[in-house]
Amino acid sequence: MSADLLANAVVAGILLGGFYAAVAIGLAIIFGQLDIVNIAHPAFIIVGAYTAYFFNSRFGIDPVLVGVLAAPIFFLVGAGIYRIYYAAFERTGQESLSGLAFFFGVMFIIEVVLILVYGVDYRLVSGRYTGGTLSIGFVDFPLRMLVPFVVAIALTAGIYLYLSRTFMGRAIQAVAQDRLALQLMGANPISVKQWAFGLGIATAAIAGSLLIIIGPVEPSVGRLYIGRAFAIVVLGGMGSIPGMFIAALILGVVESLVTTFGGPSWAPAVAFGLLLATLAFRPSGLFGR
Amino acid sequence: MTQVVLQVENLSKHFGGFTALRNVELHVSAGERVGLIGPNGSGKTTMINCISGALFNDEGTVTFEGRDITRLPPHQRAILGIARSFQIPKPFRSMTVLENLRVPLEYAAHSRTQRRRINDDAMEVLELIGFKDRANENSAGLTQVDMRKLELARALAAKPRLLVSDEAMAGLSSSEVDEILEILFALNGRGVAVIMIEHIMRAVMRFSERVLVLDAGQKIAEGTPKEIVHNPDVERAYLGE
Amino acid sequence: MKISAFWVVVVAIFVGGLIFTQVATNEYYFTALYVILQATIMAVAWNILGGFTGYVNFGSAAFFAVGAYTSIALNKAFGLPLPLLIAGSAIVCGLIGLGVGYLTLRLKGVYFAIATLAMAIVFETLINNWSFVGGARGAYILTPETHLWFDSYIQMVFMVMLLLTLAAVAISRRLNSSRLGRGLAAIRDDEVAAECAGVPTLRLKLISTTLMGALMGVAGAPYPFFVTFVDPISAFNLFIAVNAIAMPMIGGTAHWIGPVIGALLVGTTQEIITVNVSSELNVLLVGIMLVLFITLAPQGIVGLWQKYWARRKS
Repeated sequence: MSADLLANAVVAGILLGGFYAAVAIGLAIIFGQLDIVNIAHPAFIIVGAYTAYFFNSRFGIDPVLVGVLAAPIFFLVGAGIYRIYYAAFERTGQESLSGLAFFFGVMFIIEVVLILVYGVDYRLVSGRYTGGTLSIGFVDFPLRMLVPFVVAIALTAGIYLYLSRTFMGRAIQAVAQDRLALQLMGANPISVKQWAFGLGIATAAIAGSLLIIIGPVEPSVGRLYIGRAFAIVVLGGMGSIPGMFIAALILGVVESLVTTFGGPSWAPAVAFGLLLATLAFRPSGLFGR
Repeated sequence: MTQVVLQVENLSKHFGGFTALRNVELHVSAGERVGLIGPNGSGKTTMINCISGALFNDEGTVTFEGRDITRLPPHQRAILGIARSFQIPKPFRSMTVLENLRVPLEYAAHSRTQRRRINDDAMEVLELIGFKDRANENSAGLTQVDMRKLELARALAAKPRLLVSDEAMAGLSSSEVDEILEILFALNGRGVAVIMIEHIMRAVMRFSERVLVLDAGQKIAEGTPKEIVHNPDVERAYLGE
Repeated sequence: MKISAFWVVVVAIFVGGLIFTQVATNEYYFTALYVILQATIMAVAWNILGGFTGYVNFGSAAFFAVGAYTSIALNKAFGLPLPLLIAGSAIVCGLIGLGVGYLTLRLKGVYFAIATLAMAIVFETLINNWSFVGGARGAYILTPETHLWFDSYIQMVFMVMLLLTLAAVAISRRLNSSRLGRGLAAIRDDEVAAECAGVPTLRLKLISTTLMGALMGVAGAPYPFFVTFVDPISAFNLFIAVNAIAMPMIGGTAHWIGPVIGALLVGTTQEIITVNVSSELNVLLVGIMLVLFITLAPQGIVGLWQKYWARRKS
């Protein structure tokens, strides 16, 4: 086992892990804070990826820019979906399980609509950085991984600051823990949750644009990320953004090592194996509440 | 000499660094009515959970009718004869009132019940709570006080020798409190020992033969209702210094 | 009296099936019916754990695939006849169901559902890497020569499936009205209260997963002979998985007949659409129906029926 192979695998893993954080952060809010099992989150990310593809291939706009500009629209879509979810499930107390099946159906619908519109061919974007590589010593930093990594860090930091510094952000953290206190503060728990859900889906727009920078995308790719996203949120600990980020890095590195030394066909099992292990041995995760 | 049905010795329970219960001793004799009171957060719920098996205590023992049940899961304790009702009623919502009672009869009371008598036994319990004509009503649509009654009925259907009643009267009107109290007395009349956790003092005083007071995880007083009411430690626990 | 009515219908259906094989000339019918019967067994199986016990899970269809692959493996290793392959799949999948149940049933609600999804992917990855059954490249299965007194193999395998479906439904019905079934319902309604009422929740849940696994395996065992080519992508297909959940949820999960209604209704609609329109639209339809029913009619068709009758009475 050569040193530079190992080093490159670890670096690739870290870069990948950063991207995985962008994938998981929306779920960290929706599932980690609100306890809503939005299993369709990766499907929204794919929509984000296709959105980036559309504007990039038609108008040549930078994918990350598309993601940022699309975020507010995704926010509104997310808020709308929460309204439906609330009316159908939370109000009647049916939550978890029917809600889960609801998002399962939504995920399915999204995937099939994408197939009907775009077919099953892979789509990719081209930008200034999709081709190049930055090399330091014997370690390579492919730009198509590095740029998403940087954006993901910015996104994570931004969300973390938002949740801890702003009124709405703290209201979001409070709504899961103490509804009554929140109401006494004058905030409507339902509005807060709606805002939080919208925020989670908004991150999907950005995560999607990063996804299509890293590699080509086709409609069923989202399924590969369900396990990863949930594994990261659970391993990091529900409600902890820093925990989520660390968990994402861990997953990225482990997956990268497994792929490099064991073969790519074992990669899907890594996330799920990690998830199962966490649930079995330390369900509260690394930094859970 | 009345036998002791429940003996709790040196019971301690910790949650991480927080000690919810410390060296608590509790005993209940057959057919006895015991009240368990204490300010919020004193550990009463943790205590019941350790008795019913929902939680396992870290130190100490729980003995039921001479048998060490400290490590037994809740369903086995139910089979042995410990029943509990929940503060927030947990009916089996997809089932009728009668079907709700079938479950404890078929499971907890399985060895104490004959199959062909199940319906009769269930109807008997329903009569006790005044639900004789409501057997086929769906349990999800009941009023609060009716749900509390169903909770107790379900506990009784398990044919227990000890019932732990967790704040069955919280939030009820005065006359509703009396209805519940009547049911508890009737239950006790059948030989079931009762541990009553309550905040409604007049109910505790009327019902209990003996009262235990918990504060911050420790037993601070024990005695007859009259003795407890005049106990300065108890006053201090509730009202502060 | 009600019990006999059920068995009369069962026997009538079976005899009807036999007659159909002698009368029908177009093989397409048997293919279409096989798919619907397979879906019915899977819907009934899922419902035992998901509907009766209330443990909604997204990985159960994996047992179907494991059943199919067990069949392939046993056939390749020992050349066993179909009935033994079915029995073998039932046992293997039942045991795996027990094992997986033991690992995941301690988790509550949502975490359980996610864990089952995880487990399904793990199985898919394992089989993908198992070269004995073809791995990612898939396996070809030769149709056996014998088809008893039927005109063709597809007709025989259809009758086998019909028999298995009727058996599965009968088991599910028996379970629904038994002491065991009532215990499962108590777990579904309120697991903590059930435990305090003396229900051995872990034991019953394990029985539930074992039964579910075994029936799913049974649904999968004849599959390789039906399609003649199996690969992990088609066996672990998401569409099959969603159907296994959507059909019972649409039909109604609390009652044994719910999954049957759901499977027949949805399955038939899907066949019609696939033939006349496209298979993608099919898939979209299931998703939409699932979402609609979950949001608007969570008790399924059976629930709507019950509400209709209740309103008529008053």
